[in-house]
Amino acid sequence: MATYSTNEFKSGLKIMLDGDPCSIIENEFVKPGKGQAFNRVKIRNLKNGRVIERTFKSGESVEAADVMETDLQYLYTDGEFWYFMDPVSYEQVPADATAVADAVKWLKEQDNCVVTLWNGAPISVATPNFVTLKVTETDPGVRGDTSGGGGKPATLETGAVVRVPLFIDIGETIKVDTRTGEYVGRAKD
Amino acid sequence: MHWQPCAGADTLALRADLLARIRAYFRQQAVLEVDTPQLSRAASTDPAIESFSSIYTGPGSADGLSLYLQTSPEFFMKRLLAAGSGPVYQLAHVFRNGELGGRHNPEFMMLEWYRPGMDHRELMDEVDRLLAFVLEGYSDYRPARRISYRQWFHDGTGLDPWTDTVADFRRFAEQQLESVPRGMDERALDPWLDLLVTHCLEPALDDQPVFVYDYPPSQAALAQVRPGEAPVAERFELYMKGVELANGFHELADAGQQRQRFEAENRAREQAGQSTLPLDRKLLAALQSGLPDCAGVAVGFDRLVMVAAGLADIATAMPFPFQRM
Repeated sequence: MATYSTNEFKSGLKIMLDGDPCSIIENEFVKPGKGQAFNRVKIRNLKNGRVIERTFKSGESVEAADVMETDLQYLYTDGEFWYFMDPVSYEQVPADATAVADAVKWLKEQDNCVVTLWNGAPISVATPNFVTLKVTETDPGVRGDTSGGGGKPATLETGAVVRVPLFIDIGETIKVDTRTGEYVGRAKD
Repeated sequence: MHWQPCAGADTLALRADLLARIRAYFRQQAVLEVDTPQLSRAASTDPAIESFSSIYTGPGSADGLSLYLQTSPEFFMKRLLAAGSGPVYQLAHVFRNGELGGRHNPEFMMLEWYRPGMDHRELMDEVDRLLAFVLEGYSDYRPARRISYRQWFHDGTGLDPWTDTVADFRRFAEQQLESVPRGMDERALDPWLDLLVTHCLEPALDDQPVFVYDYPPSQAALAQVRPGEAPVAERFELYMKGVELANGFHELADAGQQRQRFEAENRAREQAGQSTLPLDRKLLAALQSGLPDCAGVAVGFDRLVMVAAGLADIATAMPFPFQRM
């Protein structure tokens, strides 16, 4: 079992905590001049994204987490799993709904995602910051209205609903910022 | 390649100005500047402090002699005091292994001085006077609020380090802290006190300077213990803007007690799997011959620069911190 001592702590280091893989966000060394040294650490649980604080006695060791971030291509879903492929080895990895989580709204076939693997299995999926998706449902476009005011909801091919300007029509392809879920512009073909 | 200094030109100028003011203050007070070795055959035995060691080989020691970089100039300065130096101060680079963070660097500068005839309370008065003089124009220094260690714990946690048990402290930590470290000692109270100081009490301090004084005897270090119903170590710490800036003692002068403390610390080191270290026999001989009743204090100079310049990271207060060594 690989371990890390607190002296190896730095942001980005992956460790096991309470059975879950976690990533260190911030590591602070605190010590009274004549007293016990501690590492006060902010940690993100990679399975649920929650950030917690933990204190370790300096010099302690913790178990390392076998966590890898990989660039994989999204292939398809069978409803139970979402399948990703390594573009080099063509190896396929199935991710379940817990791992895919909110990314499901933006997953388009052929898109490249960053898939975090723990012991070889996906635990989270990050879509690109910007995706281009086709509008499948929205009120008819109002030609010439480029005021940008108001807007209307539009359903995209992945099922996501975003607010778009009034001039957007069904069948158009738009660019969306997946971090905020906001419309960015018409996609240039 | 980052070869440039970390501290900016204005911070370097501030360092130089603070050094000049410190020297001016002590000259005016007729306190002698001294300059003692950074290498010694002896080391601090304090289990919470790790010395760097080095090997001298050459004339006088063909087979190699262990020399330790000093973690504070205290032992040499006490030998000067015992030899009749009168009040002395020193601006010394000191070394502590294993300490690196936003407020720690393995090498740093310490301002340390000793006042024969003063106790720790009188020395707190002088720390106030020195800082008011040195920080004038940089920071509006007002004499620090004073609170006993016992009262500090009482106000901040409701706990009493003199009467409450490890179990009481564990219960409080489990209720109040987001996490309690694994492997905490269930018999010794000191690690629990340190945990609450660093995680509860220090973070709750405001920007105003505060002296915490009269420590538990188990944290006496090199301070005299004042006997009584609840004996206290005549020790103080100064916090400014939440930063631990100074540590002072009404100095222990009893050679026998000092030897016992060194030996107890070495036993504690052995139990914790740390290396034991050579006691400073020359210091013990000096105490035996007679140390004048005195108080002494060490101020972290780089932290003083941080506070004066409003810097959050000690590295930016130093020309070449660890990252640039």
